[in-house]
Amino acid sequence: MTGAYIPGDSVLHRLPAGAKLAGLLACCTVVVLLSSPWALAGAAAVVAALYAVSGVGAAAAWAQVRPVRWFALALFAMQFLLATPAQAVATTLRVVVAVALAGLVTVTTRTSAVMACLERVLSPLRLAGVDPVRLSLLLSLAVRSVPVVSGLATRVREAQRARGVEWSVRAFGVPLVVGALRHADTLGEALAARGFDDE
Amino acid sequence: MSSKPFTLGTGDLARVAVFTALIAVLGLPGALNVFGNAVPITLQTFGVMLAGLILGPWRAALAILVLYVLVAAGLPLLAGGRGGLGVFFGPSAGFLLGWLPGAWVVGWLAGRGGFVRLLAACLVGGIGVIYGLGIPVQAAVTGAGLGKAALLSLAFIPGDVAKAVLAALVAGGVRRAYPAVAPAAPQAEDSRPGAAQR
Repeated sequence: MTGAYIPGDSVLHRLPAGAKLAGLLACCTVVVLLSSPWALAGAAAVVAALYAVSGVGAAAAWAQVRPVRWFALALFAMQFLLATPAQAVATTLRVVVAVALAGLVTVTTRTSAVMACLERVLSPLRLAGVDPVRLSLLLSLAVRSVPVVSGLATRVREAQRARGVEWSVRAFGVPLVVGALRHADTLGEALAARGFDDE
Repeated sequence: MSSKPFTLGTGDLARVAVFTALIAVLGLPGALNVFGNAVPITLQTFGVMLAGLILGPWRAALAILVLYVLVAAGLPLLAGGRGGLGVFFGPSAGFLLGWLPGAWVVGWLAGRGGFVRLLAACLVGGIGVIYGLGIPVQAAVTGAGLGKAALLSLAFIPGDVAKAVLAALVAGGVRRAYPAVAPAAPQAEDSRPGAAQR
């Protein structure tokens, strides 16, 4: 997921991050507007071709779509029962295509490049009194914290299992949030020590 | 706690960033499968309510805003690995956009209150505000009537009420376990890494 950048030197790798993000925006908008299953199947074929161009390999492509496999199945079943089969195919393809496209940008673009691009796009906020450097720091801290908090969640799950309170959301939530807050406060102190606090 | 929205110390900055990550992690499959793998359940609104209860209105709203920006940038941080700008155009976009005012209202109503007040804040902000935005947008996007969209959303109410109760319980527990939670910067004496995971 995050930090899933796969080094390479395909056309897609060499495109600037801004172009790829703008392309993602445009493609996602088009995909949302498409309603015929045939058009969406075409879109899926285009995405598959783009993956082939990027040269990241089938395993990396599957890793991007894998998290939504159950969601896609459930969505397909629900649409199949509640609407028409064509609509079920279209809705499911739409989700998978959008996720695959976002994943393609993720694996071919360094997170630092995405952040630098966001910083440029958001710099007009300076006029509203927001410091763009702090803003991009906030964004990259959030991205960097996802794997940390995810690891924390896994450890808390294991502790829960060991204590035999697997079904208690409270025994999951309290240690997770406290752990996250501890991490945040350590992070805050480290930033202060590096002089980010002098405003 | 800073009352002005835009004066953020590094402590606030770090907490906002970590809560954005927390909300994202609560939507990851595998991080938490309360009812097994079969039912795709999202605990992200639970995270939104927790953000309001623990960070207060402004910082919670900022955490949600950061999440929007990262999602819009294409990171698959929403439940089921969704991300990209597509999610802001789908039928459930209103629910997603309701998180921002929802988290703010939760934080604003909760203050330093007890369990009942925390629960009331979660019910009003985490359910009332989010559904208040989500249902009209869903009705507009799907072309169904307002009443029909509201009826469809009824199915999610029991789960969200359960999340509100849990959020209030967890926030209370966190306040007892980590009293430094109220003001951002100062740290409790017992800050051994890993002490929280016992």
